[in-house]
Amino acid sequence: MKKIYFPLKNEKDLKKLKAGDYVLINGKILTARDAAHKKLIEIINLKKNIPIEIKNELIYYTGPSPTPEGKIVGSIGPTTSERMDNLTIPLLKLGLKGTMGKGERGKEIVKAFKRFKAVYFITYGGCGAYLSQFVKGIKLLAFEELGPEAIYQLEVYEFPAIVGIDIYGDNFFNYRKV
Amino acid sequence: MRKIFSEEIVNRICETIIEINYKLPEEVKKYIKIAYENEKEKYSRKYLEIILKNIEIAERERIPLCQDTGLAIIFAEIGINVKIEKGIYKDLTEIINKGVEKGSKKGFLRNSVVSAIERENTGNNTPCIIHYLVNEGDKLKFTIIAKGFGSENKSRLKMLNPSEGKMGIENFIIETVEKAGSSPCPPVFIGVGIGGSFEKAALLSKYALSKIGDENSKYRDWEKEILFKINKLKIGPSGFGGNVTALDLKIETYPTHIAGLPVAVNLCCWAHRMGSFEI
Repeated sequence: MKKIYFPLKNEKDLKKLKAGDYVLINGKILTARDAAHKKLIEIINLKKNIPIEIKNELIYYTGPSPTPEGKIVGSIGPTTSERMDNLTIPLLKLGLKGTMGKGERGKEIVKAFKRFKAVYFITYGGCGAYLSQFVKGIKLLAFEELGPEAIYQLEVYEFPAIVGIDIYGDNFFNYRKV
Repeated sequence: MRKIFSEEIVNRICETIIEINYKLPEEVKKYIKIAYENEKEKYSRKYLEIILKNIEIAERERIPLCQDTGLAIIFAEIGINVKIEKGIYKDLTEIINKGVEKGSKKGFLRNSVVSAIERENTGNNTPCIIHYLVNEGDKLKFTIIAKGFGSENKSRLKMLNPSEGKMGIENFIIETVEKAGSSPCPPVFIGVGIGGSFEKAALLSKYALSKIGDENSKYRDWEKEILFKINKLKIGPSGFGGNVTALDLKIETYPTHIAGLPVAVNLCCWAHRMGSFEI
């Protein structure tokens, strides 16, 4: 199975990923969902610096449940990516190279992933307990006041996903429609 | 009058809200196992396999199935011959909310409730949604659904013209599932409310979701027919294609006005977390 490491060391690493590929994600990734995206975009619109480095990173659309005692992380599955469609392009412009969530994305976003040479990964909706096994560390990075919607850094090992949109603009969901 | 103490209600709600987030009802698991056996599409089959693993891990590790531990929707059936000893609480609503708050904290459930406009997190998963129903008995019965919002967001309501009839209803249900696509975490469960008024239809659709697994209903044949048509959409698990887009569908009806035909379609992800108890 193909493997990919984030933050990307080399943009070329994304060339091997094709829509529909099963892939294992390693390294460090960020979390952000609706409220954190809204805040980031507000800061960008004010032409100020956002509080996190986003170049070559992957953003996982999730808001984990609290970490139970003795565990590394709580339940941590994907939320619906489509809600982030209007909030994604400004981040791609800053060098974001990957996003991960569940479900199909809008046509404009598919084009944007091709234009900015970034990849959208799909992971398994509702399977937060299963996916928590592949998270080896969690650290709060920004927007603590947002609680579960804050930005965290996750350390992941062989986190399972499917390539949803590749850098060539190919969309996995197109093949799913009969 | 039969006396029931507030602490018993708080503790039972607390336990139930935790349990339903860790463990799916047996009938829900059965639907998913059958779907796994019937699904041929390889990506979808793999997803269903992971869903089954997820169910096993959540139960074993005692961790929520999904990070969206839902908005607690509670049908509270109150026998009029019950006297609730309120203790330190103001009323039953406060007692129920206390149970949800306690369970959320104790069970490490996510605080997903915010003020509607300001979007400020209330920090304890309350207020929950309570629908009171009154009966002649001397018991309390609580049915709790931990409702995920990926699927709630894709639910719809329409005021049809009466002349549109059964065909119009079917078309609206199928259109709702089609528009929802991969977003509500299919394979979904579908609650349909038909009749009443604008708000009654919506409430009926939620109540219909609480009836999933019940084979005895007035419209069982029609429910199965609609389900068959929905599964021809081939959206499949997670939108990956295949035979299983919906796992079951339940209809609840209520008489309505001669001028109207309200229809509400409430979608629920495969992780239909639900439980009930009686005191």
